[in-house]
Amino acid sequence: MTKLKPWISLGGIGLFAVLLLAVAPLLLTDHWLNNLGKYCCWAIAAVGIGLAWGRGGMLVMGQGVFFALGAYAMAMHLTLESAGDRVPGFMVLYDPLAPLPAFWEPFRSAGFTLLAIVLLPVILAGVLGYALFKRRVKGAYFAILTQALAVALATLISSTIRETGGDTGLSDFKYFFGYVLNDPANKLMVYLIAAGLLIVCLLAVRQLYRSRFGELLVATRDAEERVRFLGYDPANVKLVAFIVSALMASVGGAMFVPIVGIITPAEIGAAASILMIAGVAFGGRASLFGPALGAMAVGWGQSSLGSTWPEGWTYILGLLFIVVILFLPNGLSSLPARFAAARRKPAEKPVPAPAAELEEVRA
Amino acid sequence: MDALIAPLLNGSAQGALLLLAALGLSLTFGQMGVINMAHGEFLMLGAFAAYLVQQVISASDLSIPVALPVAFVGAGLFGLLLEVTIIQWMYRRPLDTLLVTVGVSLILQQAALQIFPSQGVPVEKPGWLDGQLTVLGYGWPLRQLFTILLATVCVAALSAWLKYTSFGRRIRATVHHRDLAETSGISTRTVDRLTFFTGSGLAGVAGVAASLIGGTNSQMGAQYIIPAFLVVAAGGIGQLKGTIIAAWTVGVALSYFAYWTTGSLAQVLAFILVIVFLQLRPQGLFTVRTRSLA
Amino acid sequence: MSISSKRLRTLVTTGAIGTTMALVLAGCGAKAGDEAAGSTTSAAPSCVDTSGASVKLGFLNSLTGGMAISEKTVSNVLHMAADEINADGGILGKKIEYIQEDGATDWPTFAEKTEKLLTQDCVAAIFGGWTSSSRKAVKPVVEKHNGLFFYPVQYEGLESSPNIYYTGATTNQQIIPAMDYLASQGVKKLFLAGSDYVFPRTANAIIKLYAAKLGIEIVGEEYVPLDKDDWTSQVAKIVAAKPDFIFNTINGSSNVGFVKAYYDAGLKAETTPIISVSIAEEEAPAMGHEVTGQYASWNYFQSLKTDTNPKFIESWKAYPNSSGVTSDPMEAAYISLYLYKALVEAAGSFDVDAVNAAAKAKPITFDAPEGTVTLDGENHHISKPGHIGKINSSNQFDVVWASDKFIEPDPYLEGYDWFPANIREQLVNAAG
Repeated sequence: MTKLKPWISLGGIGLFAVLLLAVAPLLLTDHWLNNLGKYCCWAIAAVGIGLAWGRGGMLVMGQGVFFALGAYAMAMHLTLESAGDRVPGFMVLYDPLAPLPAFWEPFRSAGFTLLAIVLLPVILAGVLGYALFKRRVKGAYFAILTQALAVALATLISSTIRETGGDTGLSDFKYFFGYVLNDPANKLMVYLIAAGLLIVCLLAVRQLYRSRFGELLVATRDAEERVRFLGYDPANVKLVAFIVSALMASVGGAMFVPIVGIITPAEIGAAASILMIAGVAFGGRASLFGPALGAMAVGWGQSSLGSTWPEGWTYILGLLFIVVILFLPNGLSSLPARFAAARRKPAEKPVPAPAAELEEVRA
Repeated sequence: MDALIAPLLNGSAQGALLLLAALGLSLTFGQMGVINMAHGEFLMLGAFAAYLVQQVISASDLSIPVALPVAFVGAGLFGLLLEVTIIQWMYRRPLDTLLVTVGVSLILQQAALQIFPSQGVPVEKPGWLDGQLTVLGYGWPLRQLFTILLATVCVAALSAWLKYTSFGRRIRATVHHRDLAETSGISTRTVDRLTFFTGSGLAGVAGVAASLIGGTNSQMGAQYIIPAFLVVAAGGIGQLKGTIIAAWTVGVALSYFAYWTTGSLAQVLAFILVIVFLQLRPQGLFTVRTRSLA
Repeated sequence: MSISSKRLRTLVTTGAIGTTMALVLAGCGAKAGDEAAGSTTSAAPSCVDTSGASVKLGFLNSLTGGMAISEKTVSNVLHMAADEINADGGILGKKIEYIQEDGATDWPTFAEKTEKLLTQDCVAAIFGGWTSSSRKAVKPVVEKHNGLFFYPVQYEGLESSPNIYYTGATTNQQIIPAMDYLASQGVKKLFLAGSDYVFPRTANAIIKLYAAKLGIEIVGEEYVPLDKDDWTSQVAKIVAAKPDFIFNTINGSSNVGFVKAYYDAGLKAETTPIISVSIAEEEAPAMGHEVTGQYASWNYFQSLKTDTNPKFIESWKAYPNSSGVTSDPMEAAYISLYLYKALVEAAGSFDVDAVNAAAKAKPITFDAPEGTVTLDGENHHISKPGHIGKINSSNQFDVVWASDKFIEPDPYLEGYDWFPANIREQLVNAAG
């Protein structure tokens, strides 16, 4: 484990905060600032994936599920806010006389919505994680199960067109907790909230990584049995990391909605969940900044390269997966350490990959 | 009567297709621990192979039987290429094989989209599969019978191969104890390559069957990959009989759910069924006894 | 190793700073109900610059992902139309400089790219989209920036926007003619099969209303997710329901699976025919002989005998990367660019408000391959001929029915008394 000195990581977050909160709004056009806001949302989810996967060894391939909880909670509130007293337009056609579905009602309240964004993922991840970790589901099983959940939820949302907007999703939000979304000043505010939340998440995982819990989490990843023999319950350690990562995905999803202005099942399904992983793998799963920067880089690649050379972008993304995982399992952020290690002791292998996964699948 | 018998028969055929898609995975995932997310794209390669064979042998009565071995070898060779270039460096990092092969699958999908007509290509069904077999008043399509037959033949061939041939014995030896197998003079590298070739080849065979059911295009593989993995996981790793039972159960359940509810809801319910089952019994239907603590 | 109080303080402080900054800024933004709200929602001044020798246009199609199988052709035909117009002197003497964007089969990406085209590239108009979902994602963005979007695919109607022009059919130009045709053939029992998304769901809601009026019984309704090909379970239900006809609103590759399952189950075009609204010349070849003899309702077929159609087919066949066949959505995309040219030339300007005013001032027409279409300046749809075709063995359509005149677009079905006024009213209100 490469440990940065405390002031380096804290200074890094500070620098990052200045760049995001002060420099970016001054330099970027509205369009690119909005895009950056979108990348921030993915980055928030990515920080959580870094915690669960990079430090905890749980390959969470269904973060789309939690992203969806936050996003749809927020989108339902904003839809109701825009619709006023009326039933939202898309529901009318299928049954003009039917009232608003009951589960929509509480989302009229801003307080309930904010609470739901925090509590729903915590509860779902708690129940799901408890069942999985207590039964020692891990490795590939865990990955495939979470991915299947994301597929199931995306299919469910797609097919419940009157209740959730279906494949078209929810869009055309006019207000954000009373603020007119079309106003550039309010757009800036939404961006700053997202960027601020990203900084908060980074600070939070920094504290976690430096705490006893962080040590225990890494120990659980590398040698779960030994942790068990030392008297800890690895299931509880993993559960906490899983819940925190779910919470972050939900917060990212919630901010995605006012920034992007639309949420659809495609943003939470299998492909989207895998794309979230891509950024984390690219940046460096176990490092502090890697996941966030990686997610932002992938988002940027999609916006810019996806424009100039769309077919090429798919190939590049594919190659990125292959090359990074094959040659740089700890992502780009492990490069400096690799160079340093290579210069000092050319023979020694730098930063070994998490190796404890092997027995899990074979077992 | 129809309402009871039709979903059972249709579901059995759906299960057979799922089994064909999962069979290769039960080898590469179950025996080798490789999580090949490009398996669906190998299936797609098999379907395109069926189309290409049909361009040479235009009589569909003959072309589909010819396409089966061609698809097997074609998809198998792609698998072998993947093993030699990428997978072999990653046996100690199974979770990472998942991510690497996601990249491979993205590339194969996009390449297929650009090489073949974007709308997909037609694969004609052989004339001898036209018609239905009447079972208790339900006209059961012969094509479904063919899928079941094909799955049966593949399972029988695979288990015979694993059980009675020397290669099969070597594979099993390697799975049970890699180091011991190597010490006994078995080339585990050859075994790995052969297993991966066979597993990928089976995806190709599944692709031929799939080309008779749905569209043959760049997107076709994506719809099989997650269900196939779930089936292998639910069956129990490295357990052929578990995979068979799981595939059949999911197929029939899917069909009854679709009969009672809607096509979309059936998908969701089938997923939830497997997820709940795996929560209750994470080791799957059958397990190999090991001395592992986990 | 416990969290020191100092670190905790840093954490809290930074969080607080971010929140405070956001709130301070929020003070400047407009709130709901403010007087300012009205003015701030109107667009910032357009950055479109047409003073040079060229005009920038945006093409927005999915070139990757699932919908690429359909949208790549639309993108190609837009390029062809742009090349043709440029060879002919351009629009108002300015050459078209097009910027192709990839919607990537992802609706938020459609929204993002629309914003990019309008605010970064400063295009005068955008052409593209296929699924209704993609259009619904684009709509708020073009409305916010007061841009123009030309949408080339048949859709479920019940929509209109000052910033969107629809060159594909609305329901009364495709679905209602198809229902009229079925009624004229003495169909009594109809089965509805569709993909599970907004177009089939809405189209079938309308079909059910009209069927009640026509005295056609709906004997079943089935949906399968867009990305699933296996229709065997649903076709078993069709066999049991014994309909006279099947109304097919399935989209994309799932159609292949549907037709295969249909054929497997022993259903035949002679006894239980299918009428489709998403199978055209492009899609039919991927389905093999099993689709022969089935029907489709479109406005344009490659087999139409009009003055302009031969030239269109010929240019397309000669165009690089051509698929060799022409189809309705392609033709509608081709219309969209020429219609824009006609609009701009009538307005004498690329300005959006001037273009919209020109559309209202006098009827804009274009000699399209399907015939001379006329733009309705109020609802931004075009008049179209209704056609029912039957697929022959070379995957072309033999026209079996044609409307006696061009059908005027009626997106909100105002001319149809069976469509409940309360639904229309609520939809119009919701659209605001």
